Amino acid sequence: MHELSVAQSIVEIIQQHIPESEWARVAAVRLKIGAVAGVVPESLEFSFQAITAESLLSHARLEIESVPFRIHCNACDVTLENEIGFAVCGTCGSTDTKILSGSELNITEIEITEPEAEML
Amino acid sequence: MSVVTIERKVLEKNDELASKNRELFQHHGTFVVNIVSSPGSGKTSILERTLEHLKGKLRIAVIEGDVQTDFDAQRVAKFDVPVVQIVTNGGCHLDAKLVQDALGNIALKGIQLLVIENVGNLVCPANYDLGEHSKVVVASTTEGDDKPLKYPAMFRNASVLLVNKIDLLPYVNCNITELKNNALQINPALNVFETSCITKQGIDMWCAWLESQVKNYPLINDYPVPRKIRDSNNKQR
Repeated sequence: MHELSVAQSIVEIIQQHIPESEWARVAAVRLKIGAVAGVVPESLEFSFQAITAESLLSHARLEIESVPFRIHCNACDVTLENEIGFAVCGTCGSTDTKILSGSELNITEIEITEPEAEML
Repeated sequence: MSVVTIERKVLEKNDELASKNRELFQHHGTFVVNIVSSPGSGKTSILERTLEHLKGKLRIAVIEGDVQTDFDAQRVAKFDVPVVQIVTNGGCHLDAKLVQDALGNIALKGIQLLVIENVGNLVCPANYDLGEHSKVVVASTTEGDDKPLKYPAMFRNASVLLVNKIDLLPYVNCNITELKNNALQINPALNVFETSCITKQGIDMWCAWLESQVKNYPLINDYPVPRKIRDSNNKQR
């Protein structure tokens, strides 16, 4: 449900980088979302489409790169991935671990198409 | 085709406002907790028992977050503490801006503990830093023992887990050891307290934790402290 507020924040960040008059040229917005960030990609795409439908951003698509949840165990010196987000080492059971990734909710790039002849 | 590189956190605006809230709390020496849980876990009941238990010991203020109604603020106001109700009108979580606005209606001066009760929802509030020092997650025995695995984000970011409705344990399908293990697999640093708002079991331990944390955020010297504390300090001298 909070994907709607996340989509709103994405639009605000686009606004800060691309003037509204050029929004029709925004082809894609690239995001990195961690596996345990608590954001559902499909739901975010739907929310983004819904709030941009009536705007010049209606052709922009979200390209979401998923980042796995990864920990490093200091006790047995291994790096592990798991989907749920266990912070305890799955190999030796140690709690001396460091979370490396998985909580990201970042906007990384905006892809812009070159202005077409008739638009000039 | 060209690409504009951005590399920013999507919720950075919220995080910035949360930092401002945190600075304000730091300035006043107020320790702040953000209580989160699914609806009906007993957040407000725990808050009532907490206010009862800490009456005369700590100066407390409350921010209540709900989708509709000020019922919770009315319940809390009976304990004679400053309380502000945030009604989100459908919004599924509190954010730093809503809290910042609410802070305009609370005099933090002299407040040692501010409790923010979030909207009942185990998903959305996890993403929104409010500027609190600690997140407290409540999971009740009636919800079963697999909540931490189903909603890990909330448990990962919390400092405390309150396992509430512990008095109902004999009647519900919940393995308390399993519940705690699941939570500690997600976040080994969690402080876990078992509580009941009916028998008041564990409320003293939880309140002792709050008091120990409050000590880390001393009020600025010229602020008056509650009489009871002042009196007991005088006795010690």
